[in-house]
Amino acid sequence: MGPVVLRLLFYALIVKPFLLLAVGVSVRGRERLPRQGPALIVANHNSHLDALVLAAILPLRLLPRIRPAASAEYFLRGRWRSWFARQVIGIIPVATQGGCSRAEVLSEVGDALAAGDIVIFFPEGTRGEPEALGKLKSGIVWLAQQRPTVPIYPVRLRGLGKVLPKGDWLPVPFFCDAWVGEPLHWEGDRQRLMGSLAANLGGTL
Amino acid sequence: MMSVMLSSPVLAVLGGVWGLLLLATVVVWWIAPAPDSELRQRIRSWWIIVALCSLALTFSRTAALVFFGFVSFLALKEYLTLVPTRNADRRVLLWAYLSIPMQYYWIGIEWYGMFIIFIPVYLFLLLPVAMVLAGETQGYLRAAGTLHWGLMSMVFSLSHLAFLLVLPQAQYPAVSGPGLVLFLLLLTELNDVAQFCWGKLFGKHKISPTVSPNKTVEGFVGGVATTLLLSALLAPWLTPFDLRDSLLAGALIAVAGFFGDLSLSALKRDLGIKDSGHLLPGHGGILDRVDSLTYTAPLFFHFTRYLYF
Repeated sequence: MGPVVLRLLFYALIVKPFLLLAVGVSVRGRERLPRQGPALIVANHNSHLDALVLAAILPLRLLPRIRPAASAEYFLRGRWRSWFARQVIGIIPVATQGGCSRAEVLSEVGDALAAGDIVIFFPEGTRGEPEALGKLKSGIVWLAQQRPTVPIYPVRLRGLGKVLPKGDWLPVPFFCDAWVGEPLHWEGDRQRLMGSLAANLGGTL
Repeated sequence: MMSVMLSSPVLAVLGGVWGLLLLATVVVWWIAPAPDSELRQRIRSWWIIVALCSLALTFSRTAALVFFGFVSFLALKEYLTLVPTRNADRRVLLWAYLSIPMQYYWIGIEWYGMFIIFIPVYLFLLLPVAMVLAGETQGYLRAAGTLHWGLMSMVFSLSHLAFLLVLPQAQYPAVSGPGLVLFLLLLTELNDVAQFCWGKLFGKHKISPTVSPNKTVEGFVGGVATTLLLSALLAPWLTPFDLRDSLLAGALIAVAGFFGDLSLSALKRDLGIKDSGHLLPGHGGILDRVDSLTYTAPLFFHFTRYLYF
């Protein structure tokens, strides 16, 4: 398990010190975060840092189980980026373009949940404008239907889109916030789940 | 190393601070029994602040400069998080952050001339140049103005605290840089606490209803009196002041601290927020704690430098 050691080192020596010293993420509701898998962590998406922050606020011992679902088109482009994304970060590649069915696109995410992993999932599908929640895609509902026993932890992030926005590579220090909401469960009602998610990720908490 | 940095009066006063904090902790445990009440959180944060300041002041001059530089960084970061910034200025903001290690480096090499003009002259001229080169004119004045205000308050003003460490002290063998820093920090923060306590106990007449409704004439007067008394008591231990100058310094710190506090309150009102952040539980953000210092540090520094160094 060489890559797991790399992942631990990457988070312990680079991500966590960077987030602590240069950024400063204040987490509210940390006690609500999952202590074991399987779990879905769902957040609004404005920055490449989002997945790193969500992984970093969980206990280090869970790190080998954390899998961010990420765009295959973007993260599997180029040999080094692909190696880093897959092996060190541990992404689950999701084909965001092309005419595949939802079951084909998300099957690997479902498998990871079945195996007890903690999946980080951005229901907007892509990084949107900072501090404006884009339209939530229905992939999250499909996942919830497929794995109805898996709890869904909504986390609202703020500020990371200023630290490292889409289209820039140089981070600028700003304080950021993460609000962890009460875990949600699939109750057979699509509208209700989407409504609670939107309220948790975009509403004023 | 401690013997290099600290004279025994400084250690004695530091010991007194720890004792006072212990006393305050007992009192707060008694008057605020709920384990997560704001007062208890505030005391817990005070322990961390006092521990870090004590460490920074006792360890070495470099450690103290790094610590105060980091405080400037946190304050500037909190300020830039609160105020609107333009996407086009991202690189300019990085330059502004970079000015912090530079400003504290000038202090480290005791280059007063550069320390005193670096931000008010060079950065005042150069950062707008960087903005102009980026080419975005929409919101230019507002962006340049807010950035410079932040740099002046959080970096330039606060760094005067650190320059006290390196004032030449040959003519006053009993006075040390850490002693002056401790004197300023202690009086500024105790003045805040005293104004708060006197106001809670006897406050009736609002002194500035539109900016900070909690401030009262009674709190202000009680705070000034307390600070004058403390200044007269502490000055012989930590400063070269005679009685007249220690009273003047106390009055300067009390009044300046009050206006520093009000100035940040006005900023927060303008932005429509209550606390500047949540770095210090029970206090709010770091700006809620260093607001008075942004006024007291440069004014006390120039008072001391003009009269004694």
